[in-house]
Amino acid sequence: MLPKKEVKLSKRIKRIVLAVAIIALIIWSATGIDFSGIKQTAGQIVGAIVNGLLHPDWSYVYQGDGEDLVSQLFETLCIAFLGTFISAIISIPFAFWAASARRKSKIFSGSGKVVLTFIRTFPEIVLAIMFIKAVGPGAGAGVLALGFHSVGMLAMLFSEAIESLEDGPTEAVIAVGGSKWHTAMFATLPDLLPALISNTLYRFDVSIRSASILGIVGAGGIGYPLTIALQYRQWSRVGIILLGIVVMVILVDFISGMIRKRLV
Amino acid sequence: MIDQLPKKKLSYWNLVWVVVFILGLFVSTNETGTSVSALFSNFGQFTDIFFQMAKPDWSFTGAAMPYLIETIKMAVLGTVIGSAVAFVYSLLIARNIIKNRVITGVLRFIMNIIRTIPDLLLGSIFVAVVGIGPVAGIAALSVFTFGVVVKLFYEAIETIDNGPSEAIQACGGNKFNEVTFAVMPQVLPYFISYTLYAFELNIRASSVLGYIGAGGIGLYLKQTLDTFQYGQTGMITIVIFLVVLVIDVVSAKAREALMR
Repeated sequence: MLPKKEVKLSKRIKRIVLAVAIIALIIWSATGIDFSGIKQTAGQIVGAIVNGLLHPDWSYVYQGDGEDLVSQLFETLCIAFLGTFISAIISIPFAFWAASARRKSKIFSGSGKVVLTFIRTFPEIVLAIMFIKAVGPGAGAGVLALGFHSVGMLAMLFSEAIESLEDGPTEAVIAVGGSKWHTAMFATLPDLLPALISNTLYRFDVSIRSASILGIVGAGGIGYPLTIALQYRQWSRVGIILLGIVVMVILVDFISGMIRKRLV
Repeated sequence: MIDQLPKKKLSYWNLVWVVVFILGLFVSTNETGTSVSALFSNFGQFTDIFFQMAKPDWSFTGAAMPYLIETIKMAVLGTVIGSAVAFVYSLLIARNIIKNRVITGVLRFIMNIIRTIPDLLLGSIFVAVVGIGPVAGIAALSVFTFGVVVKLFYEAIETIDNGPSEAIQACGGNKFNEVTFAVMPQVLPYFISYTLYAFELNIRASSVLGYIGAGGIGLYLKQTLDTFQYGQTGMITIVIFLVVLVIDVVSAKAREALMR
């Protein structure tokens, strides 16, 4: 038999209090949510969706009119690509703002971090609606929404990359008489670039997923035909769209994973 | 100075990448019809909404509170259900615990498929299945949490030190003893940390899930947007931001304390 682990009384009380608090939180969460509101037809619909997934509407894959699966997926891909590119450019100054360094006030970088958190929390869909008001419904609004929303996360990743830079190369360039421009070109950039590209590729993976839902509010991409198909209960079409999204996401993840591996 | 530096060999692959990249930019600009000029010419429209949102309408905060509480409840339940399933599932797909490659391979394939579906899509599918309401949101968040936690947690399990497991085996312990006495003490802090991380993500996600009818504050958000009450939209955005900020700080502190 194993000997009992000795635990201090104060620690034990602490643990019990924590456990009780967590259980209370969970029970509180479960109250007031109407689980009986589930539709009677739920089982039937799950069956229909599974049936639709097993019998996808293959005719929708390519019709040549720009309204089919392939062209919608291509549009989604383009939204994610351009959106990520825009956000990568906007992110760079934000990243330098939020990155804490030795010769910089904590308040300055801290304010940058708060701004980035705010951008991250700002719901993407609200941003998409704002851009739709500005440039009209369509993929363009999706690109801009994604471009601005991604800054919150991408700039944070960039600033972490900047914070982890080593001083050595910079000092070496300064020591041999290099100017500010030289340090940026020969010390900072070569160190930073792989991390920036890797983070941008990672964000591209996330953006693909975001771009496929922006269509729900009319900002282009595959989300729109999917919502329509869900509303009209065309399950075989829902099936083929889901299949298309899954295949696209897996492919993009795979390719960007390969590139990132080669970078590191 | 520049002339004296040793020249790096220019790789043709880099050139190819640049060409592919620029081509991609052209094609996608064309396809999406993005025009920055349209944005600037209509910038008034854009800033108009923004300015209206910048004057948050605090008189409706009381009306938003029940929705906010529902959002938090949804996030808690989604996190608990999702991470509980992820806990068991991770043990089944960790190759240092289940040695059978066929089982882990099939289960991993299923996991990867589930992980690819975006949270809002899950939401709209669950709304179609169980009907409009928070239950659809909880279901969507559970699946989403599962996807986040399972990936991180099985990787944590696979990186543990094998010594304790071997010691348990050597003195005749079975698989169950091995998991409880050798694996768990090593990975439990990670599991809690990932669960907290998923909770942060869920709070963010559940704030928009209502937009598609899956309950929570997103529902209220949609109402204000549909009726052009941008002042209220601004109020909701700020309230969500504050809640997320508080939860981020608390869970970051908790994770730090765990990992110490």
